[in-house]
Amino acid sequence: MFIPVTMELLGGFWESIKVFVLTLVFSIPLGLVVCFGSMSKWQPFRRLSDTRLHALSKWMPLRLVTRTFVWIIRGTPLMLQLIIIFYGPGLMFDLPSMGRFTATIVAFAINYACYFSEIYRGGIESIPQGQYEAGQVLGMTKSQIFFKVVLLQVFKRILAPMSNEIITLVKDTSLARIIGIYEIIWAGEQFIKKGLIWPLFYTGAFYLIFSGALTILFGKLEKKLSYFRG
Amino acid sequence: MSVLEVNNLRKGFGDTEVLKGISFSLEKGQVLAIIGSSGGGKSTLLRCLNFLESPDEGEIWVDGKQLLSDSEEEVRQNRLHFGLVFQNFNLFPQYSVLENITLAPTLLKRSSPEEIRKRAMGLLEQVGLTQKADAYPYQLSGGQQQRVAIARALALNPQILCFDEPTSALDPELTGEVLRVIRGLKNGGNTMIVVTHEMEFARSVADRVIFMADGVIEEMGTPEQVFDDPQSEKTRVFLRGAQEKF
Repeated sequence: MFIPVTMELLGGFWESIKVFVLTLVFSIPLGLVVCFGSMSKWQPFRRLSDTRLHALSKWMPLRLVTRTFVWIIRGTPLMLQLIIIFYGPGLMFDLPSMGRFTATIVAFAINYACYFSEIYRGGIESIPQGQYEAGQVLGMTKSQIFFKVVLLQVFKRILAPMSNEIITLVKDTSLARIIGIYEIIWAGEQFIKKGLIWPLFYTGAFYLIFSGALTILFGKLEKKLSYFRG
Repeated sequence: MSVLEVNNLRKGFGDTEVLKGISFSLEKGQVLAIIGSSGGGKSTLLRCLNFLESPDEGEIWVDGKQLLSDSEEEVRQNRLHFGLVFQNFNLFPQYSVLENITLAPTLLKRSSPEEIRKRAMGLLEQVGLTQKADAYPYQLSGGQQQRVAIARALALNPQILCFDEPTSALDPELTGEVLRVIRGLKNGGNTMIVVTHEMEFARSVADRVIFMADGVIEEMGTPEQVFDDPQSEKTRVFLRGAQEKF
């Protein structure tokens, strides 16, 4: 029984891995976009500061919209977002279905981008102002300061919270079954009908090995960056 | 002719006016010490000179050129007339000592990489840290970090080097090595502005001393004039207070 169970679970795990990898590919850069939105200081009505409408002058619409969006995404279950993104477009706007897998990636990528954006923001805001000022007085441009001075320091600071989130994602992929993605737990559950419980424990071993490998990987990255402090 | 001329510089934050019309000039090769109690506007003045704050009003002339501008690119170019050494060093932690010094000249494409490196090593020798070229900032003492920061600022050949309380974050036994480097720079003919609480140092190194209080220049003159024969009551009170510490 061991070989067929393993094959079945491997098939399910492949789906889980696909969701995991594609989610990271899209959410890591998307998170940066969301992060810049939630840090935006754009004030379209700044010129009104000396008029009676001065309250409006401090209004930062991009920041407000982004932070509201992040609040909604982080404040509601990923499972709910999966269901709405898969069924919503068809039921609400008569749009053709984008397919289960695409819907899964869209929902996961948006959800994780929002979490990542807050980690990025914390990392960027934790860099002392003096680092920017030192770059400025040395005549660097804004982008030189970001890429040559700040970025690696931010990367080092966010490594631990990012590894936390990414390990959570390994296990969150199981939620995709709610819209019919045949992932590993679903595969393991098939065997309950045949009176077998051990395949379910076996799925746990897959998760443990995978998250164990990630832990080692992040440990190595952390060690690689331990040559400096700050 | 004076290398630096500041005219009627004003800067406010919200309703508080921090600089209320500052004017002074500085000759090439001179050292100007700015003293005064905290909150008097010393640091803000230095930050304005380095364009970390934009003044509300006034002019900054260096070598007959007015430097204040609304254009970000012009500001970036103009600020290179000045160098700034911070109270907290602000070295870049992920770069070695040598890389900290070469980073900006390399990005600004000042000269060839070998030239930049050679000059950086020369500067390290000047501040007595050749041995530490490959060390990272966290491996250095505060005094050593500050000396690297001085070398980093010098690497861009600023016409006027500014120091914002360069020894205030240091343990007392480490201030000496930094002050010695600054004294050495004076002997090398560098034009410098030093905001400091080290009165003895200001007296012995500076050619001119400015005492600032409440956003204005309360007293200005040679060290002898300001320290030995202060005209303003505020200066007298401040200097008496500074002495009583001992």
